[in-house]
Amino acid sequence: MALPDILFYLFAFLTLLFGALAVANPFSRNPVTSAMFLVLTICAMAGLFVLLNAFFLAAVQILVYAGAVMVLFLFVIMLLDLKEEQRRKINLFGIVTGTGAVLGLGFLLTRTIWGGDLNQAANPRVIGDTKALGLELFTKGQFLLPFEIVSVLLLVAMVGVILLSKKELK
Amino acid sequence: MQFVFFTLLKIACVLGPLLTLVAYAVLAERKVSALIQDRVGPNRVNLPLIGSIPVLGPFLTKLGFWHPLVDGVKSFIKEDFTPAHVRKIYFWLAPAISLVPAFLVVAVIPFGSTLGAQKMVIADLNVGILYTFGIVSLGVYGIVLAGYAANSKFPFLGGIRASAQMISYEIAMGMSVIPVFLVVGDLNLGKIIEHQAQNGWNAFPVFGGGFGLQQLLLIPCGVISFVIFFISALAETNRLPFDMAESESELVSGYHTEYSSMKFGMFFIGEYANMFAGAAMMTTLFLGGWTLPILGLNVAPAEGEWFKGLLHIGIFMGKMLGFMFIFMWIRWMLPRFRYDQLMDLGWRRMIPLALANIILTAAVLALTNR
Repeated sequence: MALPDILFYLFAFLTLLFGALAVANPFSRNPVTSAMFLVLTICAMAGLFVLLNAFFLAAVQILVYAGAVMVLFLFVIMLLDLKEEQRRKINLFGIVTGTGAVLGLGFLLTRTIWGGDLNQAANPRVIGDTKALGLELFTKGQFLLPFEIVSVLLLVAMVGVILLSKKELK
Repeated sequence: MQFVFFTLLKIACVLGPLLTLVAYAVLAERKVSALIQDRVGPNRVNLPLIGSIPVLGPFLTKLGFWHPLVDGVKSFIKEDFTPAHVRKIYFWLAPAISLVPAFLVVAVIPFGSTLGAQKMVIADLNVGILYTFGIVSLGVYGIVLAGYAANSKFPFLGGIRASAQMISYEIAMGMSVIPVFLVVGDLNLGKIIEHQAQNGWNAFPVFGGGFGLQQLLLIPCGVISFVIFFISALAETNRLPFDMAESESELVSGYHTEYSSMKFGMFFIGEYANMFAGAAMMTTLFLGGWTLPILGLNVAPAEGEWFKGLLHIGIFMGKMLGFMFIFMWIRWMLPRFRYDQLMDLGWRRMIPLALANIILTAAVLALTNR
């Protein structure tokens, strides 16, 4: 096995392990710990991106998700009442809906992978740097731009929440 | 095999001096503060043998040359006290987490041109600057977790403040370098230096390849980016006037209140290593890295010109240490901001200004037809 293969299995294993620990940690029910495992999951995934030559995505993954989004998560979690969260037991409803969601998503993913032709891989020589990404985003025909514009919806939702949560409007 | 060997060698040659510099930066900080406050500063430590050499011994003592040494020994032999109420795992992890990113950043910084056939950068990444921002953004975890681990109010407040402050200023910092990318057209730090060697430094693009309309119009863009980056760097490294996370007069000493001995020492090293990383970034992005526009020093040396290669490393160090001095100068000259002022400056002044600067630079480049 060549080094990239070993690294792939290592990072894939770490991603799954940390992901599992983020959701169901047998040692601690502390939300901060879960959030920190999610950060580690994200870092391991960045490693997978590097193995795919997508350096830009790897850097942005760390920068945006691990460095900004998760810090905000942590910020909010720390401001909440953590003790109550730790005492909470897992109830039947949670188990049923959670398992259902995982199974459904797993079924969809498996079906897609089974249906697709695995040997027809993407061109491995393409270096996923900023130029490639920019061309992908802004060239007519490819046009991932609509996809980007959809993400503005998040901003709209956020502005809406702020507006609604304001007690009195000026 | 050769690649591995030279990479390991470079890592050793960067980390060793960096740690030494960090130790002496602490001394420099004390000396600079003494200078500004009209005091003498540290001048006591005397080593048995070297101290008895006629002129040199007393001179080094007066300089405080041995203080970093004894400071280091002191932090190691002091009692490492762990209060009973802390969250143990995070309490142990936080100092390490705050230290590591500062050292990782240095990996992509070209600290010299070439020595022999070796490029003087540990990892020549094509997304260099994004890597740096990614790693820098992880630095906040050390502080936040330290505040959380302490499990008491003041450190916690320090940690919360740090997380809000660092995220806010990261945005301004990230946006302030986009004009640099627009002008250079590459994310690789080596390429950014090359471009500056030919067209003048990004902070002040006047000399170099001719003085045209474009150069003239790019001067305000460069200056604005540089100023925003500099202020954000102060905030990112938690230095005065933005050290809200420590803020002795309000929070005892903020996120590291409960720490003692070498664990506290690691936060301290982390802070200074971060300052060096920030100074190195500013040197590379805005002041042309290892180049100087005189005496033919802005081109990489040919094979065998060892002296020139070493001189380039010296130039880089000189610029970096200049920034370190300005950091210290600012710390002892300016009072601390209030927290709301800090947020106001970040969100309502610097981020809009940085955004406007991106549009301005893009407009200049589009109109002057590149």
